[in-house]
Amino acid sequence: MLLSLILLPFIGSLLPLLAAHKGRTVCSWLTAAPPACALLLLLSTAPAVFQGELLTIRWDWIPALGLNIGFRLDGLAFLFALLILAIGLLVILYGHYYLSAKDSHGRFFSLLLLFMGAMMGVVTADNLLLMVVFWELTSLSSFLLIGFWGHRRDARRGARMALTVTGGGGLALLAGVMVIGHIVGSFELSDVLAAGDILREHHLYPVALVLVLLGVFTKSAQFPFHFWLPHAMSAPTPVSAYLHSATMVKAGVFLLARLYPALSGTELWFIMLSLVGLSTMTLGAVVALFKHDLKGLLAYSTISHLGLIVLLFGLDTQLAVVAALFHTVNHATFKASLFMSAGIVDHETGSRDIRLLSGLRHYMPITAALGLIAAAAMAGVPLMNGFLSTEMFLGEAIEQRVLGGWSWLIPAVAVFAKVFSVAYALRFIHSVFFGPKPGPLPKQPHEPPFFMRAPIVILVVLCLAVGMLPALIVGPLLSVAAASTTQTILPQYTLEIWHGFNLPLALSVLAMVLGVFLYSQRHRLFNLWNRLPPLSAPDVFEFILHSILVQGSRRITKLLESGHPQNYLLILFLFTIALAGAALLQLPSLHGGVSMTAIDFPSLAIAMTMIVAALGTAILHRNRLTALLFLSVVGLGVALVFARFSAPDLVLTQLSVEVVSIILLMLILFLLPRQNQRDSSVQRLWRDAVVAGVGGLSLGILTFAILTRPLDSISKFFLAESVSGGGGTNVVNVVLVDFRGFDTFGEITVLAIAAIGIFGLLDGMRLFNPRHLGHHYAKDRHPMLLSVLNMPLLPLALMVSLYIFMRGHNLPGGGFIAGLITAIALILQYLTNGLNWTNERLNDNFHPLVASGVMIAGLTAMGSWFFGMPLLTTAHTHVHLPVLGEIPLATAMVFDLGVYLTVVGATLVILENLGKLKPFTSQPTTEP
Amino acid sequence: MQHWITLPIMLPLCTGVALIFMARAHLDAKRAVSLISALLSIPVTAVLLIQAGAGEYQVYAVGNWQPPYGIALVLDRFAAMMLMMTSILGLLALLYGIRSDDKGGRNYHALFHFQLMGLQGAFLTGDLFNLFVFFEITLISSYGLLMHGAGPERTRASLHYVILNLAGSALFLIGVGTLYGVLGTLNLADLAIRISEVAPEDAPLVLAAGLILLVVFGLKAAMLPLYFWLPNAYSSASPSVASLFAIMTKLGIYSILRVHGLLFGPEAGVLENAISTWLWPIALLTMIFGAIGVLGARTLKRVVSYLVIVSVGTVLAIVATDDLATWSGGLYYLIHSTFITAALFLLADIISNQRGQAKDYLKPAQPLRQPRLLGSIFFIAAVSVAGLPPLSGFISKASILQASAGSSFAPALWLILLAAGLITLVSMSRAGSTIFWSHSDDSNEGTRRADKTKLGVALLLLLVSPLMTVYGEALLSYCQATAEQLRDTSGYIDAVMPIRLSEEL
Repeated sequence: MLLSLILLPFIGSLLPLLAAHKGRTVCSWLTAAPPACALLLLLSTAPAVFQGELLTIRWDWIPALGLNIGFRLDGLAFLFALLILAIGLLVILYGHYYLSAKDSHGRFFSLLLLFMGAMMGVVTADNLLLMVVFWELTSLSSFLLIGFWGHRRDARRGARMALTVTGGGGLALLAGVMVIGHIVGSFELSDVLAAGDILREHHLYPVALVLVLLGVFTKSAQFPFHFWLPHAMSAPTPVSAYLHSATMVKAGVFLLARLYPALSGTELWFIMLSLVGLSTMTLGAVVALFKHDLKGLLAYSTISHLGLIVLLFGLDTQLAVVAALFHTVNHATFKASLFMSAGIVDHETGSRDIRLLSGLRHYMPITAALGLIAAAAMAGVPLMNGFLSTEMFLGEAIEQRVLGGWSWLIPAVAVFAKVFSVAYALRFIHSVFFGPKPGPLPKQPHEPPFFMRAPIVILVVLCLAVGMLPALIVGPLLSVAAASTTQTILPQYTLEIWHGFNLPLALSVLAMVLGVFLYSQRHRLFNLWNRLPPLSAPDVFEFILHSILVQGSRRITKLLESGHPQNYLLILFLFTIALAGAALLQLPSLHGGVSMTAIDFPSLAIAMTMIVAALGTAILHRNRLTALLFLSVVGLGVALVFARFSAPDLVLTQLSVEVVSIILLMLILFLLPRQNQRDSSVQRLWRDAVVAGVGGLSLGILTFAILTRPLDSISKFFLAESVSGGGGTNVVNVVLVDFRGFDTFGEITVLAIAAIGIFGLLDGMRLFNPRHLGHHYAKDRHPMLLSVLNMPLLPLALMVSLYIFMRGHNLPGGGFIAGLITAIALILQYLTNGLNWTNERLNDNFHPLVASGVMIAGLTAMGSWFFGMPLLTTAHTHVHLPVLGEIPLATAMVFDLGVYLTVVGATLVILENLGKLKPFTSQPTTEP
Repeated sequence: MQHWITLPIMLPLCTGVALIFMARAHLDAKRAVSLISALLSIPVTAVLLIQAGAGEYQVYAVGNWQPPYGIALVLDRFAAMMLMMTSILGLLALLYGIRSDDKGGRNYHALFHFQLMGLQGAFLTGDLFNLFVFFEITLISSYGLLMHGAGPERTRASLHYVILNLAGSALFLIGVGTLYGVLGTLNLADLAIRISEVAPEDAPLVLAAGLILLVVFGLKAAMLPLYFWLPNAYSSASPSVASLFAIMTKLGIYSILRVHGLLFGPEAGVLENAISTWLWPIALLTMIFGAIGVLGARTLKRVVSYLVIVSVGTVLAIVATDDLATWSGGLYYLIHSTFITAALFLLADIISNQRGQAKDYLKPAQPLRQPRLLGSIFFIAAVSVAGLPPLSGFISKASILQASAGSSFAPALWLILLAAGLITLVSMSRAGSTIFWSHSDDSNEGTRRADKTKLGVALLLLLVSPLMTVYGEALLSYCQATAEQLRDTSGYIDAVMPIRLSEEL
């Protein structure tokens, strides 16, 4: 049953959406049904709750997190649930008449019920984390409700501001709850409430308290987080009446009550709550008087009353809690009715500006009378509910000793605030409903429909009833709520209209008199107020957010993301040098102990050549062709280094890779200007030179340190196993196709992907005619001598590559090198005879070639599955053939064939696409 | 069944090869092959997920060469989790892609599957050099995918991407070379063993290699100061590619957890946790600068791109805590952030298509064709990504906070985590209210309703978030077990190199 209490509004939130097309009346009835049921359910639990029973239900959700679905219904929860459901129903009735035909009823009511469900969750959650969940849901649904008229700028700004402040507070609350959970070891409310002493003595208590209070203060619009509430008034009035008087802003107050046994009772608690409450109460009351907007006045009044309630929680007397809860109920009733009255005035006159309104009692006498009573309750006039709770408040304010020697300050400031609250209540009534008839208004004022006024009548009757028969109407409810709040036996107190002549009464009377006087002097005050610089919270908020934060972020982002890859590379290298350098600085000695070989002339010569060529590449990089030639010298140097250290496979690979890549680069250079026009500044050149130098030096140091250290590596295994396990004497090749064949497999895939990637990039690309770039080429495109010489070269080259391929497993060679040699031979055909000539003789679609290479390698790899062996397991044997003699055969050779085909195919795809690029020309060229 | 572990690599490979053969075939044929393969990868990885869920390691010696000599594939909970995520995300992104993205070129589908192959291989390999190879596969295919569909913006962004990543590859080789030069091996488990025995005077060299590899993985993961390429690249990529790339940054994070977690983990002797000291401030700064980017972004896609960076910073910070409990929340967050950012990329595209010239710029424009529907979806996505209840963002945030409560690193982590959450909330509310509420004119002529499939895919991706909430307990306990397994590096080493075990006995 407890669960259906929570679920009803949530499920109900779907009904208005489904019934939206059935008309407004059906929609409203369907909206009202779930809360009405929930209210009946709630009332049916009253006997149990009033006997002090604690109704709970619980399911596990995420126990690992301590987050469980648990609800509890005690006196406190009952009180708030009653407010939420009852006032919610009244608001639905009111909203039915308030919304215009243009507004989407379905959406509005759906959001309203969503909010109602979230609120019910907050007040009944039995798990603090679950409560945070609902807490944030109220922020989210209120964002959508405030922004209901999203086409209006003030609504958007108000909604965003409310969400930012309350959402941020929610995050603080989450952190606070986490700290509490850490201290207590559980989020279950029963555990937390029982652990008050542990909490208060823990060294993290101040952290937890401040974080939780941040949540409370933002939600309940306490100074200095109060500024969002007045601007949330851009919401439709039913929303203001519901969220911003009776329910959502009370969530903070509820939390104070809920966690009272766990967190209260410390110096920090009293000081923070009393000071924040006091300043909020005063600020709200003062500003309210000067608001010309009816809803603005009520909003600041709400802030002030919330401050009062928070202050009550911060007083060190038990009765203050009773007073706080009492005032919460009273405020909800009179403030909701006042908002509805203000809404009626707005609805029927088209204006909420107090300066324009006047004498409305002539047009809407009943509304005026209702407003009068509610405003009197707000001002704390005797016989109204507001009087009783403010009397209690003044009584406790006099009793308390929170601020030590300065404790008198609290009653003094309280009276000061009350003076203002009397004055603004007077202004709300007198300036609007009394006085001469108003000037021209947007609409001709008249009484609203009876049922629009009905909710106000009910609330006002409640104000009076509670005010006159407090003990009968709210006595039991209040005592059971207060008892479950403090979790102790409450001291004796009486709810009566008449307490005799005492100090609180005297102060009340004093405040009334001064309040009336203040109201009579209002015009002078307004003049004073107008001299203050105008300050609009949304403007300030948007200024801080947009002009400072957003613009600042954009500046930072722009600074960081220059969009130049040069800068990114610089950062990458600097970062690497810094990190690796920091580690290398810890090396006790650079030299690891392995003695160095003597420098011989060939090594020195190779090294010097490479240094010069590398420098040449960098210095001459603007002359691209020359730089490329220098670069090829560096590459050849690398090949020589390999040769010097007896690695013939690597020499062959390096040489053929070098040839292919230089040719491809030359093809690309054809499309680029020969000279790089832009020149870097001298400072930049120096910067880059220094970075490059330091980077090179670091890498040199690293290499030196590694090479001078003894190495115990797995390569011994490869040497030992190459013949017996891999069936080949060329260890490099066996490593490539067998030991680490999977790497090779991956790399040929890379090659295949690169081929189709480049195809994708260049396919259909149109480029500017490179002729405009200042190139001068020989007229003879396909020199006769070259093509004649080239003809016999192709079969020869193919023979060589076949040879290299076959012997690869035992002697330097293999599929990769053979593939490159074949590719070079074919490239030569393209170069000497042109694209079309060659394509006529070759298939111009090399995609299948690439794919078949990878496929052959893949099939070979997977073939071993059929022998129950892991992927890529090889088998090898020796076959004795006539004439040819003994031939070593290994499955690795099939794999190598895949490598060969992929290399040939990929190179040709790239080459063909680079060669095929059609420069875009506006005029036909005069080529033969 | 013993070969099943190779399927996440071999299936997309074979598909990719088949699709190259089909390069000139009709697009529908390619789509069919591509989709069937992506569908098959779901049961393929699901089986592995179930196998790994038992808590045993699966070691597969490719070529039947036992570690440390040959290349070993290793499956544990973490790898299985990443595989499953990849195959789900891959399928959904592909479904989105076949509605338009794949028309821009002949090899979209082939590249897509090679991309999946690279990712899956990187998650499975237990060999550092082999990881490099799979990095190359992902790099080159992601470059192809980024460029896919061309356009100057896209070409420029992907050029920056590939230049930086090629430099990263060179650094990767330097790092691997250094480790091999000092330790003489490439298998991760063997490297870990040798690091635990490394002489103190050689330790700085190993650390240097570790830090160089941190740069490499950090570049992939997009951590500060190496993320500057990401916002442009991701926001200009085709939507299906951008959403698939939500897992690319996670590859960098995975590698850090896998390689650094193992090599510099609890068994590393003098080098224990040596990397975390560096990673911690970097990660926190990444979160801060990511949040700054979120705040300042001018388009929705860029907002999402920076959200990716915030999520990277968050996971890395959690990694750097070296705290088991926090790790498990972090792994949950990793799953959450991957799917939610992927969903947001798709959503941003759908929204952008209904706003005419304004596209996804955060300024008033014409009203959307389907404001209610898209608004509701956007709202839910925003709630999730901002870490608000009741969706997975909240659960992950709560779990991280809870696990780290009371620890010495909590204040900095909490402050930045919550502040980043608030900034996300502010930015998403600004973006949402501008797009859905603020209009420059009233007509929405010329825009069409969203493609049903695209919308469905975005919704499915988004659905992950509530599902993760509902099944929060199961998922968190899987993450918990995963974190424990990750932290138990000796378990990994013993599984891959059982010989060491017998030697010690």
